Parts: sequence; structure tokens; C-alpha cells
Amino acid sequence: MKDVLLDPVLDVYSVYAIYGAMALYTLAFLTFVWQLSRLSSANKTLRKTAGQLEVAALSITVLAFLLHGAGVVMRGIAASRVPWANMYEFSISGSLVIVGIFLSAWFVKEIRVIAVLVTGFALLILGSATTLFYVQVKTLMPALQSYWLVIHVTVAVLATAFFNIAAALSVAYLLRSWGWLNQSNLSIAKLTKRVLSVFPESKKLEHLSYRFNVIGFMLWSFTLVAGAIWAERAWHRFWGWDTKEVWTFIIWTIYAGYLHATATRGWTGARAIWLSLIGFAAVIFNFTIVNLFFKGLHVYSGLK
Amino acid sequence: MSLQSNVSQGDEIRSPKLGLTGWARWIWSQVTSMRTALMLLLLLAVAAIPGSVFPQRSSDPNGVTSYFQNNPELAKNLDGFQLFDVYTSVWFSSIYVLLFISLVGCVVPRAAHHWHAMRGEPIETPRNLSRFPAHLTKASKRANVLDAIAQILRARRFRVRVTKTSVSAEKGYVRETGNLLFHISLLGVLVSIALGGATSFSGQRVLVEGETFVNNLVGYDSFSPGAWFDSKQLVPFSVKLNQFKATFDLRNKTNVGTPLDFEAFVSLREAPNTKSTDSLIRVNYPLEAPGANIFLTGNGYAPVLTFRDSDGNISFSGPVVYLPQDANYTSLGVIKVPDAHPEQFGVISFFYPTAAELKTGAFTSGYPAPVDPLLSMNVYVGNLGLDNGIPSNVFELSVHGLKQVAGGKSGTKPITLELGNSAELPNGLGTVTWDGLKRFASLDIDYNPMQIWILMFTVFAFFGLFISLLTPRRRIFARKTATGFELAGMSKNDDPKLLGLLEEIAGDLKVRKK
Ligand code: HEM
Repeated sequence: MKDVLLDPVLDVYSVYAIYGAMALYTLAFLTFVWQLSRLSSANKTLRKTAGQLEVAALSITVLAFLLHGAGVVMRGIAASRVPWANMYEFSISGSLVIVGIFLSAWFVKEIRVIAVLVTGFALLILGSATTLFYVQVKTLMPALQSYWLVIHVTVAVLATAFFNIAAALSVAYLLRSWGWLNQSNLSIAKLTKRVLSVFPESKKLEHLSYRFNVIGFMLWSFTLVAGAIWAERAWHRFWGWDTKEVWTFIIWTIYAGYLHATATRGWTGARAIWLSLIGFAAVIFNFTIVNLFFKGLHVYSGLK
Repeated sequence: MSLQSNVSQGDEIRSPKLGLTGWARWIWSQVTSMRTALMLLLLLAVAAIPGSVFPQRSSDPNGVTSYFQNNPELAKNLDGFQLFDVYTSVWFSSIYVLLFISLVGCVVPRAAHHWHAMRGEPIETPRNLSRFPAHLTKASKRANVLDAIAQILRARRFRVRVTKTSVSAEKGYVRETGNLLFHISLLGVLVSIALGGATSFSGQRVLVEGETFVNNLVGYDSFSPGAWFDSKQLVPFSVKLNQFKATFDLRNKTNVGTPLDFEAFVSLREAPNTKSTDSLIRVNYPLEAPGANIFLTGNGYAPVLTFRDSDGNISFSGPVVYLPQDANYTSLGVIKVPDAHPEQFGVISFFYPTAAELKTGAFTSGYPAPVDPLLSMNVYVGNLGLDNGIPSNVFELSVHGLKQVAGGKSGTKPITLELGNSAELPNGLGTVTWDGLKRFASLDIDYNPMQIWILMFTVFAFFGLFISLLTPRRRIFARKTATGFELAGMSKNDDPKLLGLLEEIAGDLKVRKK
């Protein structure tokens, strides 16, 4: 890489776009909540208006997505490279992909109910990105100057997005089959139960989360292998049990365990679902705690 | 719903009067059961965690050393559990060896079973079809309804077996093929990695501009071969470092001093008497030499110094490799002059590419490129201990037993020197001249002959994984009933489209009738 001109002013606009997207996600989130409460209400006429709210919430989400996308693109132009070389950039790009995949799966009707979870999650990620992880635009250090940055990280982001949506579906599954909720007489339990009655049946949720996890797993396998190939080029060994490599391996193994569980007598259903959620917890752990507090070669958060 | 549950499920508990072979068989069936495989996978995941919490000797030896210094008691205990060598520890190894055995024990019978299944006919139609996850009954008066169903299934690429009263059909054998390919390739990857560890080598060499590395054992600063590696295998190529170029950012305010690029311009001579070719080594872009890849792993400065005694005789001359200590390349160098008169001396020296004086009077470097370079030197006299035959680290000077004559508490200021200048050494030791500034590159020279196999098995594994996860494997059964026929289907893993498929088949039947 030779002389690069960074554009800090454009980066400021990028941050504004991200803030705007956050405001819109908040609005979309609230509208989706409102819609769910309508859907689960006992009043029939109220229930009918839920459809309009859904259209409104979806439109706001699409707008938020577009603004979010503009923010990511501007960040990339400001830095003259792909916008996912540190934790801040990985967060804004990753959440964009999550929302993008969710929106493109909108035609699967059963998946729409997790809109609340997806918009809420996007908001959470962007919130932490702008407040905790933000760093000014920087050039790439030589170890990151490789087309593997594009391949390896893109696929990792995609895998995370699929795992994320699967996890949202899994949570819905577990709530649906939670015995306490179905028996309790507390008003909050009753309310939750009514909301849940809007969700697809457990079998469907289980199957959908399996599908998303399967795709996530294939992408994660690719992330692992691409990472190993890149490590061979950059650090002259393809596997060295660096902390980040360790966690990539742990996540892969847990999800392989999950896939086995879905085919093992006595382990299907809730047990397998729990395993996949442990896998997703490891994904989040890997991205937050490992990046920020563990020592290793992958020191790319850009935070001191 | 597992289709091969008859093969790998070992969960039936038999009565314990089995005798030795019975027990062995029982243990084997436990080891190769699906549940054991699952447990071992999860156990492996958990066992890998401590390696990311504690520093590991393999990846962070300095971390281990400082752990021992900070918590000597705790470190000793942890070391007892091999927590600084997790990935080569007895407990971690036992888990993956068990998993490996389980994998072999699982895959071999499954492969045999699958081989027969692919060549044989679909299984017999089970007695009770209504218990299947997808099931429907239809009325029909056709006499040859089973033949028609068989035809439809064949058109849909099912393998079909027809009897007088029933049809059984199966499709998607390739799912199991893919699954086996995946697991066998996994074995291939593991075996290749193990073989690679034994047949590979890895070595390091620091090369100053103008120097040449020749690929034989003496050419290396350090060399670690695998157990089966023979140094005769080293191809005698040579690499000369013509120039090393480091580019740092000066233009973007928020980014000043960040490295933009490191480039080692080299000439490679593939054999002693051939022509050399010019190449470039960069981070991420190693040079491929015959039987080795050459990686750029580090760089720094090598000031060229000349020491003369008071008579003007040269006691030391040449470039000295200074190791960078921070991002702005404040660098530390050590010079040992055993042939000096009147006595041996050693120098611990700092190099500042862009020197800036701190309030305390000490120096620091403000920018990594040599804008305003400066050297400072502390001088020690006494026996350097080089004559007793014990190899010593060239980057370290043990000052124990030496007397400091410049810098520190010696009462004399450290020597400071600008490029091109000379300075007087204390105690009548002579002079030092800074003649020039070169750069050095740290190179890693590695070779793993199994690498290509690891990659190939990985690609196969992917192939297998994709096939097996993306193709549904389905069994469909049909049987005549008093009023018509019934259809039932089963599938590996959940298959919500199965019932729809049965409906389609029944629908096709109607179309065909017309
Ligand atoms: C090194 C350890 C292992 C890993 C990483 C692993 C990984 C996987 C993965 C990722 C899958 C899902 C993809 C596919 O269906 O092809 C799978 C499926 C499967 N594995 Fe393994 N496996 C391992 C060991 C074993 C062992 C020891 C057994 C035998 C007990 C086994 C039996 C199976 C079976 C029967 C399936 C098919 C499940 C299904 O149809 O969904 N695996 N394995």
C-alpha cells in the first residue's frame, strides 16, 4: 500500500448516518413491539390493525437499513478500503448484514415475528459500536493488507449474521416450550404467552433455526479455513492456537456438536437448541471479551 | 429418525455376563456411538478454553515467563496441570485421540453399510405406515396404482422397489456419501497435520542489507526441524537482501507514523551456479523458493559502526542489528569487542531514528523513519566471558562483573553520536565512528511438504459438508389399502416439505389417469 489519503470529514458524515439509522431502528423496534401487542390482543378489531403497523415498521426498517448502508459505505470511502478492519467497523458492517439477511428472508412468513429481536439487536450493536468501539479512520497495518481480509472477514460477518438469526428463532422456540409460562397465572406470564401465541409453532421454529444454523456452520467452517490459509501467508503457520484461533475452533466444535445432537437420540429438540445457543454465546464472547481483553496476534480492535 | 441408527447407536444396555470379547465389543460400541462422539466434541471445546486464558509456551513464551515471575506458586501448580501447554497436554491429547478413534470406528462400518445400501435395493416397506411423520391415505380404484406410483417416483429419480402390495423408494444417497466424504476427509486433515509436523522445518535468519543467506544449517540463526526432517533435504538456494524499504504515513494527521508498507527487495539464486532473479517479499506475500517459503516477519535498523583503539587499529567494524523496542523504532543494540586494547569492552546502545529530548534529558524517538537519527552508548569494561566456550546471546550483554565507564551511574555521560561523526571512548579505549545506516529484515524460512495434502483434504471436507447438509435424503413408501393406497415418507432431519411431496405424488397420479 502506498500513499493513502484518509478523509476524516466524510467519516464524520458516516457517523451521522449511523446515528440516523439508530434513531430509525429505535422507531422500527417500538413499532414492531406495538404491532406484536396488537397481534396478541384479545380485541379482534385491534388485531386487524396489526397488519398496517407491520407495513409501517417494515418501511422504517428498510429506511434505517439504507441509511445504515450509506454510513458503512462512507466509512469505507473515508478509509479507502473495506470498512471492516477494526471492531467499530466490524460492528457497523456486521449489523448491516444481519438486517440485510433478515429483510431478504422477509418472504418466509414465520420469520417475521423476530423483527423485534433483529431491530433491537442492531440497535444494541450500533449503540456499543459508536460509544465503546469508535476509532478514527486509520490505514491498514501491513499484516492486514491482503485480499484475505475481504474474504475471511466477509464470510465471518455472514456466518455471524446467520447464527444470530438462528439464535433469535431458538430463543422464541425455548420461550414457546417453557412449561412455567404455560402454567403460571402471573399477568406478565399471561401476556408473554399471548404474544408467543403469535409465533409459529415450535416444530417450525426448530426447523427454521436448524436451517439458519446449518448455513451459519458452513460459512463458519469457511471462515476457519480461510483464516488458516491467511495465517499461513501472514504469520507463516496455518494454525498456532492464538486466542482468536482457539475461539474460532471452540465455536466450530460447539456447532458441530449441535449438528450431531440433532441426529442423536435423546438430544434433539430443546437440548440441541440449547447447544446452539451456547455456540452463539461463544460467538458473542469471541467478538467482545476476547477482542478487548485477551492477548493475541489478532489485536485489531484498534482500541488502546 | 436417524437413518443409520442401526449402525452407530450403541445405547442398548446388555446384561453384564458377557465375557471378555463381549465386554470389548460393548466398550467399542460405546466408543463409536453417536452420543460419545457428541460428548467428545463438547469436551474438546471446553478443554480448549484454558489455552486462551493462560499464556502458552508455544505462542507466547514471554507471557509464561512473566506469569512465573508474578505468581511463582500459582504458576507451578498450573504448570503441574500442563495449563501452559494445553494443546500438547496429556488431557487435551487424550480427548482428540479418543475422538479420532471414535471417528474411525464410526466411519468404517458406516462406509461399508453405505456401500451395500447403494448397490442394493431400498429397504422393505415397514408394517405400520401411519406412524411416519408424513403420511396420507387416498381412495383409488385403479388396479395398477402401485406401478403408477413406482413410475412417478422413478421419474423423480428415486430408487424404487416394488412388491405385490407395496412400494419402497429412496433418494438422496449422496447425502450419506457427502457425510462420509466429510468425516473421512477430516481424518485425512488430521493425519496430514500430524505427518506435516514430523516432516517440516522452520528457521529464522536476520539479514542486513547487502548480506546473503545460503540455505544450509549454518545459514540459520535458529532452526527447528520436525522429527523426520533430514537437513540434507535443504536445497542450496541463496537469497541476497538488496534493499529494505519501510514506508510510514506522514500525510494523514490521525495516522502519522503508522507503517504503510514493508518491502524487502531480494535476489534469489535457485542453485549455486545459476543466474539470480529479483523478487520482492512483503508481509502476506512470501517468496517461494525451491523447497521453502520465505516470509518477512520483522525489520529494523542496523547502524554501521567502527571501533578503533588509541593507536588507530580497528577492533570492530560492521553493521549492528538493533532490535526495535516501540512503534517509533527506538532500538536497542549490543556490541561486544573482545579484541580491544587495552581491555575488552561491551556497549549497550540505543538508536533513535527521529530523536527528541525529554524533559529528563533522556531521548526518545518521535517518528519511525530516520529523519534525525541519533545513537547513545553505555560502555562497560571487563571480561566479556566470550572465551569460555559457552554460547551467548548476541543481543544481550550480561553486565554482571563488568564496570560501567560511560552512562548510568558511572559519572561519565553516555556517548551520543550523530550519523557520520566520531566520538572518543572513555578510559583510553579509543574512538567510535558511525559510518552509515542500513536496515535489516527478519526472515522466516519454512517448509511443510504436507501442506498441499492438508489443503486438499480440507477442500474435500467442504465438498462433503455441502453435499450432505444441502441434499435431503428421503424414503417414501406406498401400500395398497382396501379403498385405495397410503403414502408415507421419512427423512433425515426435519423435512417440512415431505408431506407436500406426498401430496404432489398423489396429484401426479390423478394427472396420469387422464
Ligand atoms: C472429529 C470429530 C467430528 C466432527 C468435527 C464431526 C462433524 C460433523 C458435522 C459438521 C456434521 C454435519 C454435517 C454432515 O451431516 O455431514 C456431522 C454429521 C454426522 N456425524 Fe460427525 N463429526 C465428528 C465425529 C463423528 C463421529 C466420531 C461420529 C460417529 C459416532 C460421527 C457421526 C456423524 C453422523 C452419523 C452424522 C450425520 C448426522 C446427520 O445426518 O445430520 N461424527 N459430523
